[in-house]
Amino acid sequence: MLQIKELVAEIEGKQILNGISLNIKPGEVHAIMGPNGSGKSTLGNVLTGREGYVAKSGEVLFNGKNLFDLDIEERAREGLFLAFQYPVEIPGVSNMEFLKAAVDAHRKHHGQPELSSFDFMKLARETSKNVSLDAAFLKRGVNEGFSGGEKKRNEIMQMMLLEPQLCILDETDSGLDIDALQVVANGVNAMRDGKRSFIVVTHYQRLLDYIVPDYVHVLAGGKIVKSGGKELALELEAKGYSWLEGEVA
Amino acid sequence: MSEQVESLIRKEYAAGFHSAIESDTLAPGLDEDVVRFISAQKDEPEWMLAWRLKAYRAWREMTEPTWAHVHYPEIDFSSISYYSSPKSMKDRPKSLEEVDPELIATYEKLGIPLHEQAALAGVAVDAVFDSVSVVTTFREKLYEAGVIFCPISEAIREYPELVQKYLGSVVPQKDNFYAALNSAVFSDGSFVYIPKGVRCPMELSTYFRINELNTGQFERTLIIAEEGSHVSYLEGCTAPMRDENQLHAAVVELVALDNATIKYSTVQNWYPGDKNGKGGIYNFVTKRGIAHTNARISWTQVETGSAVTWKYPSCILKGDNSVGEFYSVALTNNFQQADTGTKMIHLGKNTSSTIIAKGISAGQSNSAYRGLVRINPGAEGARNYTQCDSLLIGDRCGAHTFPYIENRNSSSVIEHEATTSKVSDDQLFLCQQRGLDTEKAVSMIVNGFCREVFKELPMEFAVEAGKLLEVSLEGSVG
Repeated sequence: MLQIKELVAEIEGKQILNGISLNIKPGEVHAIMGPNGSGKSTLGNVLTGREGYVAKSGEVLFNGKNLFDLDIEERAREGLFLAFQYPVEIPGVSNMEFLKAAVDAHRKHHGQPELSSFDFMKLARETSKNVSLDAAFLKRGVNEGFSGGEKKRNEIMQMMLLEPQLCILDETDSGLDIDALQVVANGVNAMRDGKRSFIVVTHYQRLLDYIVPDYVHVLAGGKIVKSGGKELALELEAKGYSWLEGEVA
Repeated sequence: MSEQVESLIRKEYAAGFHSAIESDTLAPGLDEDVVRFISAQKDEPEWMLAWRLKAYRAWREMTEPTWAHVHYPEIDFSSISYYSSPKSMKDRPKSLEEVDPELIATYEKLGIPLHEQAALAGVAVDAVFDSVSVVTTFREKLYEAGVIFCPISEAIREYPELVQKYLGSVVPQKDNFYAALNSAVFSDGSFVYIPKGVRCPMELSTYFRINELNTGQFERTLIIAEEGSHVSYLEGCTAPMRDENQLHAAVVELVALDNATIKYSTVQNWYPGDKNGKGGIYNFVTKRGIAHTNARISWTQVETGSAVTWKYPSCILKGDNSVGEFYSVALTNNFQQADTGTKMIHLGKNTSSTIIAKGISAGQSNSAYRGLVRINPGAEGARNYTQCDSLLIGDRCGAHTFPYIENRNSSSVIEHEATTSKVSDDQLFLCQQRGLDTEKAVSMIVNGFCREVFKELPMEFAVEAGKLLEVSLEGSVG
């Protein structure tokens, strides 16, 4: 599904990713862990095409297509989704309006007709239930006055509605209490259908108790310094990141 | 701001066509003979001519105001033609069949529901083309309700006692430079009279269009709402694309008698000039209403056009418990400049006013909010709430706020809030990451910003306003 080969990327001329290679197959969950400043969030931003994040060399293929040939919105419509670490507010734009526009943009891309307002409303209400968000949140401005947990649940709701092929969760667990964490994890697990893939970026092992990964990669100094199964996360939890620092080239 | 946004702001002005209609246009220049000519063209009574001449003589002694935060080359008032009339209008058409088909086509291009059968939406339209009011739809239906909705030139002949009583009663001839000019040379406009206790059965609407080269449009609107009556009125404006700047100096007067409500909405889309700042309309407008006891006047404006805008729809809250409202969206792009806001003059007891002003600046444009809240000594218990928000798109535009508060009564409550924000890259990225293209994303964010004002517009125009904003923003993202 996603093949990253020797990806080098920079922000404002500063090189952050120093040659990352990663192969993600359909249905797999890859966790990316690492200390602050290791480039974890950069990876998600480069892949989704955020302005300012520049790929200098290397190659990324998403379902066989060169990702860097596509605009931000094209990547999204092709099925690449980023759940934000800090979801922004868009005052005055109702969640419902925003979500419908997003869903319609995806449907149009895939040659499907737009959903009627009635059908969409029904779908949105059901989905909001799945992430324990009151339907009243659909009428409010996008993330406007939402608590940290509500914002994250709103992200998961968007993910559910857009049904992406590859979801990148960028430190979705940060700032969540244990109840909200469970809601988010349940949402993600419900979407694991053997075909959809996930990249779970996190600082702590805690999230991985709920979203059990197939692979864990440790990022340090812009490189993957260690890869392993889910038990690697436990090892990191016990030992911290410092024991790996010797492996940074 | 991202490059994609930059490329967005470049879209052609959709109403910028010129119609090939034969017209009678007066040679440029202004003197007493021109004033007499205009008055004669309209078969005006002697008192009207005297009123105009008084205004003209006052205007000659006045100077242009320069305090607004706008810059433009000096206007040569002798190079403007003060009267233009489509030729076929000499004998006013009695029905739509008699109207020049070109003219009808023009209105259809603008999407005005001129044909009565097409206007089932319930909008009665008075269309002012250059200086002459062309057609007023739905007049008979309104007449049954006792509502008078006609060109002001006709009202001067048919209802002289009403016009004499109220014309200039809210905006006197000498009020300001442009109001004086308008008083001298106004050619047409709308007149509305709602009798006591009547709720006007439909939205009233006027459409203004400047078609001829080098003409000014000086329309004059007078709305009188008798005791306990209610009316909602909307005006829309467009002009063809011209390299020259054209002048538009209108005056609107509203009179809301005891317990009456007047809701006045404007969608102003005069030609804003091209992306290099060439051409466009100078929009210097005086709008004011007077609210008597328990009356309410509500101004809603969506200003997206014009090269330079100078406009302050105001309320004089004369009667006790009267209410004034001002809801405004002013969008400037490329090299447009806008200095707009309101004046709320509290005279009566327990008067209240609300001001919600949203300014959006893109390209290299400048937008200013200028507002006065004055509480007079007798205005016991007066309240005002002001909120002005500015949204910047890109980093070459400007937003300015000039609030003036004059409070002479200690029992009053005045609140003022102001914010300035930018369409952030983060907001854009969120939208794009969810699959929306840049254009859709920007227009959604800007529409969200304007939501509080749009909800004040009559339903059918709220959608229109949103679309207009979208078009006006094209190419703005940068």
